[in-house]
Amino acid sequence: MLVCLCNCTDDVSLLMVLLDTNPFFWSTSKSTSLSFSNFLSHVLAFLNSVLLLNQFNQVVVIATGFNTCDYVYDSSSSPTNQRAETLLRKFEEFVVKDEQLSKEDTVDGIGNSLLSGSLSMALCCILKSNSNDIQRVFRSGSLHPQPRILCLHGSPDGPGQYVAVMNAIFSAQRSMVPIDSCVLGVQHSAFLQQASYITGGVYLKPQQLDGLFQYLSTVFGTDLHSRRFLQLPKPVGVDFRASCFCHKNTIDMGYICSVCLSIFCKHHKKCSTCGSVFGQAQTNAPSTSNQKRKTPDT
Amino acid sequence: MSGQTFEPSKPEPPLYYTSKHSSTRRRMNNFEYREINNGDGRRFNREAEEEEDDEEDDEGNGRGLDAWERAYADDRSWEALQEDESGLLRPIDNKTLYHAQYRRRLRSLSSSSTGSRIQKGLIRYLYIVVDLSRAAAEMDFKPSRMVVVAKQIEAFIREFFDQNPLSQIGLVTIKDGVAQCLTDLGGSPESHVKALMGKLECSGDSSLQNALDLVHDYLCQIPSYGHREVLFLYSALSTCDPGDIMETIQKCKKSKIRCSVIGLSAEIFICKYLCQETGGSYSIALDESHLKDLVLEHAPPPPAIAEFAIANLIKMGFPQRAAEGVISICSCHKEAKVGGGYTCPRCKARVCELPTECRICGLTLVSSPHLARSFHHLFPITPFDDVSPSTLSKNPHHKLPKNCFGCQQSLCDPGNKPCPCVVCPKCKQHFCLDCDIYIHESLHNCPGCESFSQSQSVGGSMEE
Ligand SMILES: [Zn+2]
Ligand SMILES: [Zn+2]
Ligand SMILES: [Zn+2]
Ligand SMILES: [Zn+2]
Ligand SMILES: [Zn+2]
Ligand SMILES: [Zn+2]
Ligand SMILES: [Zn+2]
Repeated sequence: MLVCLCNCTDDVSLLMVLLDTNPFFWSTSKSTSLSFSNFLSHVLAFLNSVLLLNQFNQVVVIATGFNTCDYVYDSSSSPTNQRAETLLRKFEEFVVKDEQLSKEDTVDGIGNSLLSGSLSMALCCILKSNSNDIQRVFRSGSLHPQPRILCLHGSPDGPGQYVAVMNAIFSAQRSMVPIDSCVLGVQHSAFLQQASYITGGVYLKPQQLDGLFQYLSTVFGTDLHSRRFLQLPKPVGVDFRASCFCHKNTIDMGYICSVCLSIFCKHHKKCSTCGSVFGQAQTNAPSTSNQKRKTPDT
Repeated sequence: MSGQTFEPSKPEPPLYYTSKHSSTRRRMNNFEYREINNGDGRRFNREAEEEEDDEEDDEGNGRGLDAWERAYADDRSWEALQEDESGLLRPIDNKTLYHAQYRRRLRSLSSSSTGSRIQKGLIRYLYIVVDLSRAAAEMDFKPSRMVVVAKQIEAFIREFFDQNPLSQIGLVTIKDGVAQCLTDLGGSPESHVKALMGKLECSGDSSLQNALDLVHDYLCQIPSYGHREVLFLYSALSTCDPGDIMETIQKCKKSKIRCSVIGLSAEIFICKYLCQETGGSYSIALDESHLKDLVLEHAPPPPAIAEFAIANLIKMGFPQRAAEGVISICSCHKEAKVGGGYTCPRCKARVCELPTECRICGLTLVSSPHLARSFHHLFPITPFDDVSPSTLSKNPHHKLPKNCFGCQQSLCDPGNKPCPCVVCPKCKQHFCLDCDIYIHESLHNCPGCESFSQSQSVGGSMEE
C-alpha cells in the first residue's frame, strides 16, 4: 500500500555531493576506466536531473581534493540557466588552487583525498540548512528538505583519517543523515562501507563505469521517502577493520588498551595514548591475577 | 491508568547502529501532528518528546515547536519568560545565552582535561536494578514512577554505550519480593530496552538483599579488568529481606561491587549505608528532569573506580560483516542462517552478534565502530578562539573572511557589520557560532584542519 504518511505534497531533497578530484587517481589509467571529463559529464547530467525532479530540490557540490576541500557549487545561490558554466568555472579554480598547494610532485601510489574534510564540511552545511528549515516547516507546513550526502569517491582510504572519518560518520548517524557512496576505484572502500552501513545509506561499486549516469539516476536520484519502495543494492558485506594508532596500518586483529581503548597492532609495554603500563597480554578473557597496578599520572 | 499512555508496541526507537528509520520517524511525527486535531494529542506528545531526547545534539529540533505544541512535560511555559526593565514579559533570548553557557562549559572542560589525559572508556559491567514493587505505581511522577523510570533507563542505556563502548549492561527487576534477571550482561542496547518495555508491571514488596545476592553471583564471573557496578532505581520505602542484609552488603564490598542508588521517594538508611560501604553514590530524585540528570550522571565512568583498574592489553578481533543473502552456519546457535553475521578473523567461524567471544578460538570479537565511538574522548578538538568585533577594529590587517568555513553562511549581518564568530587556533579558519557548537558537541572534527593535507596528520597525530 503506497500511502504517503506526511502532509507534504512532495519530497524535497538537499543533496550534498562530494566529488573526488584527486589528480593522482584520475591520471592513473590503471585505477579507473573513466576519464575525468567523462566523469564530470555524467555527474552534471545527474545533478540536472535531480534539480528537475522537484523545483525545491537543492544540490551542493563539494570538491574533495588532494590538498584541500572547497564548496564548488550551490544550486540555491546560482542562476538556473548557467548551472554547468558556474560549476565548471568554480571547479577549474579549485583544481588550480589544489595544485598550487601541493608541495611534492611525486606521491607513492595514488595517494588519498581528504574525505574527512569534505564530510565534515558537508555535515556543517546540513546542520545550518536543517536549523533554518525546522523553523520554516512548522511555520508553513510544507517545505522539509531531507538532507543526504553522496560520496563519489575513487581514491583509496587514508588510514590517517580513520578517527576523523569515524567521528563524522557518528555525527551523521546522530543527525539522521544517510551517507550514500559510489566507489569509482578498483578496490572497495572500508570507510565508505562503514559510513553507508552505519548511517543507513546505500553503498554501490558500479561494474560498468561508462554507464555511471544510469547507476546514479536509478540508485542515488530518488529521495529518501521513495527509497522505501525500491529494491536498492544490498551491501556486499562491510569491512570493519580498524587502523592501529602506532603505524596507521589497517588491521583485523589487534591489542586494545583496557583503559582508553586505543588500538595497537602488536603488544606494547606501555600505552602511548594514556600512559598505562600493561601486564601480560590477555588472550583469554577471565584472568585470575588480582594484583593492582596504578596508572601513572602523565 | 498507566497502560493508557504507555504502549509497549510503540514504533521502534532508532537503532543504535542504523538510522534507516530516520525518514519514517520524521514522517511519523508529521502524521501525529495532523492527528492532534482529532483530539489524540497524547500520542503526539510522546513522539515529540522522543524526538527531543534522541536529538540532543541536533539543537533546535524540538525547540522549533511553539509553546502550545510542546509536550506536557514542558508545561512550565512561564519559566521561558523574563521581565524586562519596563516590566514587560519577554521570552528569554535562548541562542546567545546558550552559546555563552556552552563556551563556559567547554572552557572548564578543556582546562580540567589538559592536566590529566583521558582515563575514559574503562570497561564496565553494570547491572541496573529496577524496583517494580507496588510503590512503583505511585503517580507522583506522571504518569507513574515506573513509566518515568523506564523512559530514563532507555535514554541512559543509549548514552551509556555511547560513552563506554566495550562495557556491558544487564537488567534485574524486583517484584513480589523476588529479584529476577531480565537480561544477561550484554552490549546491545536494543535487546535491553525491548526486554524492559515488555515487563512493565508492578506488584508486591521490594527486596534489596535478594537483588544484591543475585547481582553478586553474576558479577563475580566477569574478567578482572572489568569494573563491577550496580545501579538501583528504588521506588519503595522499605525492603523485605530473607536474611541479614548487612552480611550481603559486606560481601559486595569485598567483591568490589560499587553500588549506587537513585531513590524516587525519600532517603532510606539502608540504601545510604549500602552506597557508603561500597563506594557508590546515593541521591533522591525531586522530579522527572532531576531524575534524568541523576541517572545520566552514571553514564561517564566514575573517577573513583579508576584506581581499581588493572591496565591490560586485550587481544581483540574486528570481524567483517558478511554480505546480505549469504547462507552459512553460525557457531553460536549452530543454525544455518541467511545474511548478516560476522566472520572471526582468526578461525573464520561465523557469529551472529557483536560483541562476543568466538566459540571456536576464544578471541574477543568487537565491532570497530563500537570502539571508534569513544575516540573523540582520546583526541579532543581544541576550543576555538573568539573573534569579537572590537579586536577586529583594533587590528585592521586581520581581515575577516566573508563566509563561515564550515557552512558557507555569511559572517556579516544584513547591515554588513561583522557578526561574532570564532577562529580555529590550528588552521586559522573562521566559523559561525552554530558551527562552533556543532563541531565541538557532535562532529568532533575541525573541518578546516581536516581540509588541508599539511595538517592531515593533525587528526591522526595521536602517538607522537
Ligand atoms: Zn511525503
Ligand atoms: Zn601499529
Ligand atoms: Zn591507553
Ligand atoms: Zn548464532
Ligand atoms: Zn575464532
Ligand atoms: Zn557555519
Ligand atoms: Zn582547525
